[in-house]
Amino acid sequence: MSILVIAEHDNASLKSATLHAVTAARKLGDDIQVLVAGGDAGAAVAAAAAVAGVGRVLRVDADHLRQPTAENVAAATLAVVARGGYTHVLAPATSFGKNVAPRIAARLDVAQISDITGIEAPDTFVRPIYAGNAFATVRSMDPIKVITVRTTAFDAAPATGGSAAIEDIPAGPEIRTSKVTGQEFSKSERPELTSARIVVSGGRGMGSGENFRLLEALADKLNAAIGASRAAVDAGYVPNDYQVGQTGKIVAPDLYVAVGISGAIQHLAGMKDSKVIVAINKDAEAPIFQIADYGLVGDLFEIIPALTRELSA
Amino acid sequence: MKILVPVKRVIDYNVKVRVRPDGTGVETANVKMSMNPFDEIAVEEAVRLKEKGIATEVIAVSCGGAACQETLRTALALGADRAILVQTDVELQPLAVAKLLRAVVQKELPQLVLLGKQAIDDDANQTGQMLAALLDWPQATFASRVDVAGATATVKREVDGGLETVEVALPAVVTTDLRLNEPRYATLPNIMKAKKKPLDTLVPGTLGVDVAPRLVTVKVTEPAKRKGGGRVADVKELVAKLRSEAKILP
Ligand SMILES: Cc1cc2nc3c(=O)[nH]c(=O)nc-3n(C[C@H](O)[C@H](O)[C@H](O)COP(=O)(O)OP(=O)(O)OC[C@H]3O[C@@H](n4cnc5c(N)ncnc54)[C@H](O)[C@@H]3O)c2cc1C
Ligand SMILES: Nc1ncnc2c1ncn2[C@@H]1O[C@H](COP(=O)(O)O)[C@@H](O)[C@H]1O
Repeated sequence: MSILVIAEHDNASLKSATLHAVTAARKLGDDIQVLVAGGDAGAAVAAAAAVAGVGRVLRVDADHLRQPTAENVAAATLAVVARGGYTHVLAPATSFGKNVAPRIAARLDVAQISDITGIEAPDTFVRPIYAGNAFATVRSMDPIKVITVRTTAFDAAPATGGSAAIEDIPAGPEIRTSKVTGQEFSKSERPELTSARIVVSGGRGMGSGENFRLLEALADKLNAAIGASRAAVDAGYVPNDYQVGQTGKIVAPDLYVAVGISGAIQHLAGMKDSKVIVAINKDAEAPIFQIADYGLVGDLFEIIPALTRELSA
Repeated sequence: MKILVPVKRVIDYNVKVRVRPDGTGVETANVKMSMNPFDEIAVEEAVRLKEKGIATEVIAVSCGGAACQETLRTALALGADRAILVQTDVELQPLAVAKLLRAVVQKELPQLVLLGKQAIDDDANQTGQMLAALLDWPQATFASRVDVAGATATVKREVDGGLETVEVALPAVVTTDLRLNEPRYATLPNIMKAKKKPLDTLVPGTLGVDVAPRLVTVKVTEPAKRKGGGRVADVKELVAKLRSEAKILP
């Protein structure tokens, strides 16, 4: 009986989200297999084989998997699952995993269990509902459990220490009804938002995209990633991939600094598991203060530069 | 071209959801219900495609109890032409909804199904992808822009790294993200007109779909409470506490 983890990668490297899914897989069983569906993905395959606890890496390499669509990743996964012996198929609950996992589940005629934060038994899982205002414990009655894993709920498996066997699996024919024709990815030298130790997030209170420079200066001092509320993204201050929350990214850094963010439940859903929360807001009644360890009431346009200066002192 | 828009009735996003003391679910009695916000965005997009002359008919469909009629009337007031209620009191999970929607698609033959990316009650983010798989159609999830030209939809998708563009051959499934559009408000005259638009009711049995849940909810619990409310007077105190108390900063 094996657990299959669908690797998220960019051919050259394994995304750290995959390491968290491996940890969840290890709670389910011992035979962990990682599927790397890619194009010229040798480096990602090698990285997957080095992850501690991984027993086997299944490589499906084809040109059409270089920038793969959900259709083609699902097809590759289903071909592997069809070999038999799999009890669970896991993917990280990222935009990649959320895109493909339901497709796989539907083809297998099984439920998909989204965004799990806990494993109570091989068929019983905990997951947040209603923006994390409640947690449901659900038991699956299906023969195969298709799961996406909330990365902040499971530690990253060590990236080294493993030496998995690598098995080649032939790619099926390309599904051509969809294709990826472009990417506009935010470039940043900063740590990645979902894995950064410190996150500084700005909301509507920032007032403009220009003003996010104040947060950048602070983030530079802290080696932090920059996040945002939906309002800041909707207003065009920052790109969509900065959004933290129920329908954005889930983060749980050691330190989360919320600046000019009121603290709507949809935002809290994405950050309230942070170890330490600092809130800076001019409205002493803002709900964000109810969950903040250190709340500072005042004008962010005075506080942020002063904080940046204090950290340089 | 016909567009099908599945809309879900959910607890309004402004409601503070409470877990029932017996742990069987969340309190739904006397709670404000609304159309799932992502589905409003889907209705808006479909109506805009009709206004541009690309779509000929917009059909809203909801699966659930009789109260979903209200949600469908909202969709009609926002510009959908007609509505279908697939009526059942069984608790529906995404796979079951996807199967019901597949049956409706096979009757109506739309070229595009526009769903929300996520229902804000179950937070599943599955139904669109499942429907696409069951129909063997291509999918474009988390759309922040949709352009339909001929037999192709070009969709900008909000992904973790930024934006990705995919081209899908129609018929296809598209799920909406927050930046796709800003839904209009239903005007009073349109709410009145909506009352006269057709609303048909089907049942899972006649569609030949087994909607039995695959997941059993063992219990529903409150999240761990976070102890917040701490205050600092100024930047100096904040930095001092982050250093000595929280030990986050060196
Ligand atoms: C379906 C759905 C999904 C959603 N998903 C998300 C999500 O994933 N993530 C998310 O964040 N939101 C999400 N939202 C939106 C959420 O409900 C709130 O509208 C949003 O989080 C508000 O953003 P904000 O706090 O930046 O803006 P506001 O609520 O407008 O707050 C701005 C704050 O800035 C403060 N401020 C203003 N000027 C200053 C100043 N000079 N100095 C200090 N403070 C100042 C104000 O006091 C105020 O508290 C979603 C909503 C819906 C309906
Ligand atoms: N009961 C339902 N009736 C109609 N549409 C639904 C229903 N459940 C889910 N959907 C659609 O599927 C989307 C995603 O829901 P989910 O997969 O539950 O997060 C929603 O935004 C709706 O468009």
